[in-house]
Amino acid sequence: MLDKNGIAKRIAKEVKDGYYVNLGIGIPTLVANFVRDDINVEFQSENGVLGMGPFPFEGEEDADIINAGKQTITTLNGASFFDSATSFGMIRGKHVDLTILGAMEVSETGDIANWKIPGKMVKGMGGAMDLVASAENIIVAMMHTNRAGESKLLKKCSLPLTGVGCVTKIVTNLAVIEVTPKGFKLLERAPGVSVDEIKEATEGTLIVDGEVPEMTL
Amino acid sequence: MISKKVADVKEAMKGIQDGMTFMLGGFGLCGIPENAITELVSSNIKDITCISNNAGVDDFGLGLLLHKHQIKKMISSYVGENEEFERQMLSGELEVELTPQGTLAEKCRAAQAGFPAFYTPAGYGTEVAEGKETREFNGKMYVLEEAFKADFAFVKAWKGDEAGNLIFKGTARNFNPCMCGAATITVAEVEELVPAGELDPNQIHIPGIFVQRIFQGENYEKRIEQRTVRPRN
Repeated sequence: MLDKNGIAKRIAKEVKDGYYVNLGIGIPTLVANFVRDDINVEFQSENGVLGMGPFPFEGEEDADIINAGKQTITTLNGASFFDSATSFGMIRGKHVDLTILGAMEVSETGDIANWKIPGKMVKGMGGAMDLVASAENIIVAMMHTNRAGESKLLKKCSLPLTGVGCVTKIVTNLAVIEVTPKGFKLLERAPGVSVDEIKEATEGTLIVDGEVPEMTL
Repeated sequence: MISKKVADVKEAMKGIQDGMTFMLGGFGLCGIPENAITELVSSNIKDITCISNNAGVDDFGLGLLLHKHQIKKMISSYVGENEEFERQMLSGELEVELTPQGTLAEKCRAAQAGFPAFYTPAGYGTEVAEGKETREFNGKMYVLEEAFKADFAFVKAWKGDEAGNLIFKGTARNFNPCMCGAATITVAEVEELVPAGELDPNQIHIPGIFVQRIFQGENYEKRIEQRTVRPRN
């Protein structure tokens, strides 16, 4: 079974040379720590920066340079700043190659819910609806089950949707799963996790095609 | 040169009235028009509608207006940092229209650029699209979103000149340029106001035609929401 860093580490393998990548808040943010350093990748933050770097050294924080999580950041050589309309132009116009975001629920048809729990939590969708409606390469990073132990990979989402039929891949603490027209296809198992355990934790249709390899990190 | 310079924040805010709709720049607390917000708070204006990506935090930014119950309605994309906001929203005291962030930015830009509406894929199939016209283009579904209409836009820039030309810094740019010229009157506050001719025309982010009033801002706090650093070794 993977922890949050393990999920981020596995997703980092999906990041290819020359990619512009948008990282959501939470586990997705950790992905930047594990991207191979022999490839060239630029991270986009929806609040208006391309070419995000690591956190600043203490004393060098700049209130005017933050990421979408409102954290102080730095920029790398080749970085640029732009306004919010331009930022979402990059996203809607499919100029960003890969989007990695968290979710509360994903359905076997690729629907995603991650912005609202009616009556309990209403923080807003931020840029998530724009991202999922536009990107063609969306990876969801999340735990396979919620705190109550219920599956987050469902036949149909129960929470208000963020987007319809948009998720292509899911990396959880248990597995790597591809969303196909026939349902969730199991691609890889997390270290030490059996196919049966993944089946048990998946409410939606799980397609197991032959021997499922254990993932390498 | 057509001068847009006004003496201070009080002169810049002339004409604000109860019930008006205001646009306010900023992402979180980054790039918010601090002077305009302080003046709105002390003016005791009420029943206002605010279009702003976020709603500030409990004791800063738009949170200050929320505390005095001056805001009737918020149009935002993300409001997670503000407990008083959540309380007023869940109790029904505050009307809230949550809008996808890219749509929010584009509704500003459309108003600035003279488009009444536009189609976006964001929100299709979700509750955001309920009651809105949808249409298929090249096999994909889109939602029709209308441009905002606002009385004042309050924006904050790094540098500006008397002609109203603006230059922004870092990610404090965010929604500010999109809101310039998107309301009847755009008020820009700047950290450094210089005479016309001192800014290089090649470096201007927003031309002065989109700005009606500009003033030298004061006492910027520039509060950091999440101070994240790394060790030096």
